[in-house]
Amino acid sequence: MTITGYRSPLPVGDDGFPSQVRAEWTKFRTVRGWVVGLLTAAVVTVLVSLLGATGSGRSCRHGCTGPVGPGGEAVVDAFSFVHQPLTGDGSITVRVTSLKGGTDTGLEPWAKAGLIVKASTAQGSAYAAVMLTGGHGVRMQWDYIHDKAGSTSPPASPRWLRLTRSGATLTGSESADGAHWTAIGTSRLAGLPSTVQVGMFVTSPDHVETAVHFGGSSSIGGPSSATAGFDQVGVQGQGGPWTGGLVGGGGGPAARPGSSSFHQAGGTFTISGSGDIAPAVGGLGTNTVDRSLVGAFAGLMVMIVLGAMFITAEYRRGLIRTTLTASPRRGRVLAAKALVLGGIAFVAALAASALAFWLVGGLRRSKGDYSLPVSTLTEMRVVVGTAGILAVTAVLALAVGSILRRSAGAVTAVVVLTVLPYILAVASVLPAAPAQWLLRVTPAAAFAIQQSIPEYPQVSTLYTPANGYFPLAPWLGFGVLCAWTAAALALAVVLLRRRDA
Amino acid sequence: MNEAIHAEWTKLRTVAGTWWLLFAVIVLTTGLGAAAAAAVTCSYAGCQQDPVKISLTGTTLGQAIIAILAVSVIGGEYATGMIRTTLVAVPRRSTALAAKAVTLAAVVLAASLPSVLGSVLLGRLLLPGSGFTAAHGFSAPSLTDPSTLRAAVGSVLYLALIALLALGIATVVRDPAVATGVVLGLLYLSPVLVHLVSDPHWQRHLQQISPMNAGLAIQNTTNLRGLPISPWSGLGVLAAWAALALAAGGLALRVRDA
Repeated sequence: MTITGYRSPLPVGDDGFPSQVRAEWTKFRTVRGWVVGLLTAAVVTVLVSLLGATGSGRSCRHGCTGPVGPGGEAVVDAFSFVHQPLTGDGSITVRVTSLKGGTDTGLEPWAKAGLIVKASTAQGSAYAAVMLTGGHGVRMQWDYIHDKAGSTSPPASPRWLRLTRSGATLTGSESADGAHWTAIGTSRLAGLPSTVQVGMFVTSPDHVETAVHFGGSSSIGGPSSATAGFDQVGVQGQGGPWTGGLVGGGGGPAARPGSSSFHQAGGTFTISGSGDIAPAVGGLGTNTVDRSLVGAFAGLMVMIVLGAMFITAEYRRGLIRTTLTASPRRGRVLAAKALVLGGIAFVAALAASALAFWLVGGLRRSKGDYSLPVSTLTEMRVVVGTAGILAVTAVLALAVGSILRRSAGAVTAVVVLTVLPYILAVASVLPAAPAQWLLRVTPAAAFAIQQSIPEYPQVSTLYTPANGYFPLAPWLGFGVLCAWTAAALALAVVLLRRRDA
Repeated sequence: MNEAIHAEWTKLRTVAGTWWLLFAVIVLTTGLGAAAAAAVTCSYAGCQQDPVKISLTGTTLGQAIIAILAVSVIGGEYATGMIRTTLVAVPRRSTALAAKAVTLAAVVLAASLPSVLGSVLLGRLLLPGSGFTAAHGFSAPSLTDPSTLRAAVGSVLYLALIALLALGIATVVRDPAVATGVVLGLLYLSPVLVHLVSDPHWQRHLQQISPMNAGLAIQNTTNLRGLPISPWSGLGVLAAWAALALAAGGLALRVRDA
């Protein structure tokens, strides 16, 4: 006779990963405090963002709707232009004989004089240009954000420049003697009309100086001007008479009164100009898209509390023992928790940041104010990235909570790692170099994903954290936070396996 | 009251975390202060920097550790149910909270004093190497200088007031995690907001009412006229926040079941 042991008539429990995820999801949604916490995170994100937008008055110095370039980004487009229409293919050649700065400000390194082919004289229209600069040699630039270096010819020595149109392709070349030509670069301008404006231009951007004072540094400066001489002008193709004028109605942002003029004597042109042909850069006091999501910092605090409690509450109530009995594979328990928490936090934060973005945009428009335009892709990156920061930081708090098993300590540790470095970097006595270091190595690097205006080497301004410029590229900065979170999760799994619960 | 204070002191000193946290306050405050003193440079005469404020940068980090200690003084008791024993032993609830406040303040003062003195001393050693020399118009920070003394004494008081503010909030909120989140949010959100709003009036008002920005005005020793709030009134704003939080905590403790 054989004795069979007792077997429960109930079906065998499923300890697969999907059922663990479901268990954690059930825990989350049935605890009222956590659902309330999640809603709180979303609500404070929106409310504080609106508060921040209310506290940011009309701050655009030069009229609120600036020109927008072909890529959807805000641009500065102001220069003196001596031009003629050109229909179909053709080329223009000129010798820049001299480039000098204004008497009081001197020659700006990014003062520009050269040839330009532009879709129209309207601000923000597509263009390609070759130019001699004050301190950066010969360049070819097109559509505001593109810049290619040619030779390092100094502004004092004459330089031949040529711009050739063939369909939508523009080729820039330079020469020392007008006989031997070197190509600088080639650009394709989509949607260039058959009749374009070609000619000579001169412009000179704002003079920028760094001033260090309490609570960081800022840029001071003002408009500058430049004067260039041109001769040996030759246009091949179906052209017309020369017209002298200004793009950007008298120079626009960087204009100096009375600094734009042109004289023609025989085949020689002398043109003075002020302004810039470049992407607009933000800086403190500019309404950028990222500054419409100020509330993310408040939401982040709530998410950190939520993330830490998602594990420390189990330790406090002893539920962790039940959890680990039900699913003895401890690594998987933490993975399921991270997945559920991260997923829920991401969805809530995405809804909140999208709503905040939309409401703040509306609020700014109702005040006659605008955010500095950026492409839709950048807007999406800022909104989704903000939600990503909140979600990943919640998971980081979960991991730290699992390591420390103390909620107050875990919350403080994560806040001190994410928010404090940001404060120290942007709003403290620290100079730019250590501030940039902080935003490279701490999880606060992730806020780089909110930076909507990139750094342009061809525009001089103060690219510091205090002005909204992060040292790391957007996704790389976000990756730093992810790396911290992954490391914390790994340590948490090791400790969860080793320690008694 | 004396017995109540004695009881609180026994609890506080026999909990393992207390001494580690106080040690961390001293190390982190002086450490961050020293790092800031080494990192900030003054390359020319008349550079508009405040050497004393730079040396005391560490208080921004030390206050977070003090918040953990303050929150766990009451939040920890709620978490473990110890609060019921405490209130059975000291049935007068305002006395129980006052005893906690006195004990906590004394312990935090004791840890803040070496933190602040250490920061000033390290600043004195490191700042000349960063260009804060007599040639650039700076004398070494010294406590005999009235404004430096005010910044040092004020920073010690600042940290003690942060502890009381956190204690009051934790008494109202009870859960340690939520209380820590509220305290750190109250402290750290305002500098971010001040930086990110562009309206100067808003910036000024935020700096005048926020516990961290207003309270840390006490650390300024130069350009006092340019401050949104004067040093002692700034510390007064923080004291008002702490008093309000403690009063709310006392009321909540009185009317609610433990």
